[in-house]
Amino acid sequence: MRSAALSLRQRLMLQLLVIAAVLAVLLYLTVRTVAGRAAEATQDGILGAATIAIAEQLRGSEAGVSVDIPYSAFSILGSISEDRIFYRIDVAGQTLTGYDDLPLPPKPPQGQAPVYYTSDYKQAEVRISAVSRPVLVANRVEPVLVMVGQTRLGQAAIAAQVAKVAAGLGIGFFAIALVLSLVSARSVLRPIDLLAAAVGRRGPRDLRSVEHPTPKELRPLVVSLNGFIARLRAALSRTETFIAEAAHHIRTPLATVRTQTEIALRQSEDEATRRTLRAVIRAVEESSRSAGQLLDHATVIYRAERLADEALDLAGVVRGVTEALRPTAELKDIALRLDAPGPVPVRGDRMLLESAVRNLLDNAVKYSPDDSEIGIAVRAEGARATLRVQDRGRGLGGKAKADLAERFHRGGNVADVVGSGLGLTIVEEVATAHGGSFDLSDREGGGTCALFTLPLR
Amino acid sequence: MRFLLVEDNDALAASVADRLRLDGHAVDRAATLGAAADCLRATGYDLILLDIMLPDGDGRDFLQAHRAARRDTPVIVTTARAAVAERIDMLDLGADDYLTKPFDFAELEARCRAVLRRRGGAAQTVQTFPGFTFDPLTATLTIDGEPRELRNRELRLLEVLLAAPERIFSKSQLCDRLFSFAEPVTDNAIEVYVGRLRKKLEGSGARIETLRGVGYRLLLA
Repeated sequence: MRSAALSLRQRLMLQLLVIAAVLAVLLYLTVRTVAGRAAEATQDGILGAATIAIAEQLRGSEAGVSVDIPYSAFSILGSISEDRIFYRIDVAGQTLTGYDDLPLPPKPPQGQAPVYYTSDYKQAEVRISAVSRPVLVANRVEPVLVMVGQTRLGQAAIAAQVAKVAAGLGIGFFAIALVLSLVSARSVLRPIDLLAAAVGRRGPRDLRSVEHPTPKELRPLVVSLNGFIARLRAALSRTETFIAEAAHHIRTPLATVRTQTEIALRQSEDEATRRTLRAVIRAVEESSRSAGQLLDHATVIYRAERLADEALDLAGVVRGVTEALRPTAELKDIALRLDAPGPVPVRGDRMLLESAVRNLLDNAVKYSPDDSEIGIAVRAEGARATLRVQDRGRGLGGKAKADLAERFHRGGNVADVVGSGLGLTIVEEVATAHGGSFDLSDREGGGTCALFTLPLR
Repeated sequence: MRFLLVEDNDALAASVADRLRLDGHAVDRAATLGAAADCLRATGYDLILLDIMLPDGDGRDFLQAHRAARRDTPVIVTTARAAVAERIDMLDLGADDYLTKPFDFAELEARCRAVLRRRGGAAQTVQTFPGFTFDPLTATLTIDGEPRELRNRELRLLEVLLAAPERIFSKSQLCDRLFSFAEPVTDNAIEVYVGRLRKKLEGSGARIETLRGVGYRLLLA
């Protein structure tokens, strides 16, 4: 869970930094070891030279072995540091001169080359070089062991110095690696950021496939994303087709029924039959209206999800719908008075806005009494575009707007008018989808005032 | 009026044609776009009622071809499809109006009238009667050279009565023509409109006679 919560950037940074830390420590250790070895080799070289120089001075005679210690050998040693110097010369196991307790080599040296070893002596670590030479004493070859030792204080000081430098190097390396890791994490993740930004910038209705240039590693992701978008697009268009088809298949037979009922009604004289036929027409009207509004409502929900964002003139939209409804209103001798003095620029989905305005006006016409007038006013007021529809209908009948705009909820005073109770729901949903508002109030002198507002463009 | 009805659903086409003939209109039916084109080549129409889902193509194609050929017969699109989107589409393509099925024939008639009026339709719609002339398109009654405007229901009532002078219409028959079936009305509601029309007809010599308990009839001068 925790590793899943880490971001790619964090993971990448963490891994790069762990690697950098390991490398820095390795660098530190390597520098230290190599430098230590080099210092030791230097000391060994000098010790060896001094040992050999002394061994060169061994002289054998009848009386024994004599040596004339060349002090220049010690001066080479002494020039390096303040370290103390010890020596010991053994002839056939007997110490001839020097410190007779200087530790012997673990293995006696073979051949000409000196052996080197480290040992504790006089409470200090001492590096010792030992070389063995055969010397002729009274016609016998005696092995002479020459040892020269030196404390390692100087070498320790060098080692400490080197360690300091190595630590500095390690930290410097780590710091550089840190900066480079940041840079590389950013550059590696940049295509992902760009892709995310490109996808994030898309509007909700943008269902084109993603064509943003992406590195090879992201291809499979983009390909699946595009596949997903294509499937969504297909599903949405199937929904749209389905809505249209459903409407077609419901309404065509209803139209036939309605028409034939009207014909029958025109030809019938019998009052009881006529009442029945009227009832049939009413029922057809009701079901076709409900079907229409259900489908409208489905369309609204479906389109509100991926709202089109066109620049529109609300006054123009209202004018169009008003003109379209005028003949219908005239059938009841209802006059539509449109008051739209100028363009009212808004942004939105033309279809949805037309649908809302149509439902508002339709409602007003439906509930207005014969011979009345409906006032329709479109204005830009402050930052809002407002549409007011005022009728002389029966008002809200004491119901709250919140109830009336609820799905399938109709007013308590409208049983005699055909309706589905979805009209105002559609108006409300369209207003909400556009960041607008919808309100109903009782009008002074009777009737209803509907107020539909949108943000001005 | 002479209608061309382009509709592929037989049952619906037959009943719509019957219903239009009942109001005294002439109707030719075409079930495909091809048949519609043939009809238009053969004769002229006052109005085309166009369904948009047809077996040999989309009504949109017809509209485009119709406008491209510069034929000016007005087109009212009828569709069973949902919603406003279609309406916007159709009007953009040059349809004169748009009706959703099922439609009310009173509304169809009102829309036809509105379309013809918008088209600046000709003077041949003016009908002359003894004592007055009547133009249903502009809803004007002219008596002694003085035009009187009729409101929509007065207009429709006069049309019904003028279609058969001296015939007796019952109150409920007249109600059917004046009021939507979707709203219940009492037969007495017709009295208001008869009263108004009587006033408008004053001075023309024509009068509406009340036959108590039976109905009304129009008597020309």
